[in-house]
Amino acid sequence: MLTYLLFALVVGSVYALLAQSLMLSWGLAGLVNLGLAGFFAVGAYASAMLVAWGHAPVLLGPLAAMAAAGVAGLVVCFSTLRLRDDYLAIVTLGFAEVVRLVASNEVWLTGGTDGISGIPGFLRRESGMAFHLGTLALALLAVAAVYLLQRRLLRSPWGRALRSVREDETVAAVAGKNVVRFKAQAFALAAAIAGLAGALYGHYTSYVAPDQFQPLITIYIFLAVTAGGNARPAGAVVGAYLLVGFLEATRFAAEWLPELSALQRASLREMLVGLGLVVVLSLRPDGLLPERSQKAPSR
Amino acid sequence: MPEDVLQGWLQALLNGVVSGSLLALPALGFSAIFAVLRFPNFAVGALATAGAYAAWVVNARLGLPVGAGVAAAFLVAALVGVLLEAAALERLGRGGALMKAIGSLAMAMVLENALRFAFGNDLQAFDLPLARDMLLGPVRIGPQQINNFLVAIAVMAALWAFLALTPLGRSMRAVADNPDLARLKGVNPRRIALITVAAGAGLCGVGGTLIGLDTAIDPLLGGRVLLSVFAAAVLGGLGSIPGAVAGAFVIGIAEEFTVLALSPSYRMAVGFVVILAVLTVRPAGLLGSRAA
Repeated sequence: MLTYLLFALVVGSVYALLAQSLMLSWGLAGLVNLGLAGFFAVGAYASAMLVAWGHAPVLLGPLAAMAAAGVAGLVVCFSTLRLRDDYLAIVTLGFAEVVRLVASNEVWLTGGTDGISGIPGFLRRESGMAFHLGTLALALLAVAAVYLLQRRLLRSPWGRALRSVREDETVAAVAGKNVVRFKAQAFALAAAIAGLAGALYGHYTSYVAPDQFQPLITIYIFLAVTAGGNARPAGAVVGAYLLVGFLEATRFAAEWLPELSALQRASLREMLVGLGLVVVLSLRPDGLLPERSQKAPSR
Repeated sequence: MPEDVLQGWLQALLNGVVSGSLLALPALGFSAIFAVLRFPNFAVGALATAGAYAAWVVNARLGLPVGAGVAAAFLVAALVGVLLEAAALERLGRGGALMKAIGSLAMAMVLENALRFAFGNDLQAFDLPLARDMLLGPVRIGPQQINNFLVAIAVMAALWAFLALTPLGRSMRAVADNPDLARLKGVNPRRIALITVAAGAGLCGVGGTLIGLDTAIDPLLGGRVLLSVFAAAVLGGLGSIPGAVAGAFVIGIAEEFTVLALSPSYRMAVGFVVILAVLTVRPAGLLGSRAA
């Protein structure tokens, strides 16, 4: 039972990282990333390949994951940053599909649908409870580090400029801000955070495969971020843990419906998540913790 | 050039034209909804699947002819599309086009899982008479392929007639061109929006059915072609009706030639590559006018 709880908390922390990634690109910069699952996958695979196959030290994995996902983010957003926002939505959605396609088919590179197994953990897996506790501590550390970074960025001139780009690109451009560069930086940084989440996830579960990176994950994180508040780092984190609580609760609730098949219960749960997102978007678009309006810096 | 290579190319070209005609219907639906409602409706794939299941129930369970199934697909998909718009997406519109886009993706997930809940994950086939492929010179074609192609062309012709010849079609084009001007002229934009969604979703439903007739149906039917549909619409120019048709044929043919050169699983990647290339080089697409 305790292991189960720790597992849920680690997954919650992974989701909290993904939620902060989405908060940065969507909440702060107004760039909708519908391919979050794709960047999550790129990070997980990059780290797994380097450590499991390249026998690199395990701590290099997350760095490689962030670099790979960040570069992927730059490539993906590059062609659309000068266009209407909906083009980025289409391209990112396609990106996640293509990542899964390549991961399933290029067996020499990714192990195909079998994925990569036996990925070393950050701690020795044989140590049992200590492994779970230690990984949780590392995951919480990562969440806290990204949280502090985001808080810092939000208050910095860079964060202010980014929000001005979100509110009105033309005004920001007239004020002398390089709109495309700000957007590209925010999107790549957000993608790198999603990559970090992927690395944590892969090293914890010891296994990555294309099936783990369904578009569903993206919807989960959108729900977490809108429920928590999409322009506050704390909102994103709270939303992610609430989401995991909700997902685990539905697992138990499903036992009240024994006449349904496992497939039907799973689809019922996904319907609830989708409906939940639409309801939250229409009733409380600012989430539990809405964005604080900032005072102009005094001179 | 060796003869069998040429034959392979001709066959790919023919298959590409047929699959392009099937892609054209959801691409038209997507582009029409984008033109009038100004947001990318990511539920088009799920709507296509819903239409395909409606047709399958009518054909395989109720035992009615496939033609009745196609009509049912149009009606059911149109109804579901309007319900999604009126019950969920419309109120998200206040938050901007992107909110509606995200909402449509969430509703697509709900719809896909509702179908999975009702029908399971198994492949389902239509009740069709067995027929042998015909040889047309060096290439072969199935009678079902010919039927699907003709139905797709007929639906496109009907849509063209509707847009060009009826007052409703003219109002639709007016709202797409300039919503404020259309309102001044007494056009009710909400009514036009809902009619556009009905027609667009109906087209997706028919497209999904034809794809299902070509292969088989399962809950992921629409999701699998989603990227090709987007690519067709973006290539033609988002919001352009003739562009969506031209784009669909190009994508259909490009996909068949890719299958010839690479593994068939990369069919979907063609769409993504085309989208990136078009947006980098000519964002307005082949026949579109606005991108920024």
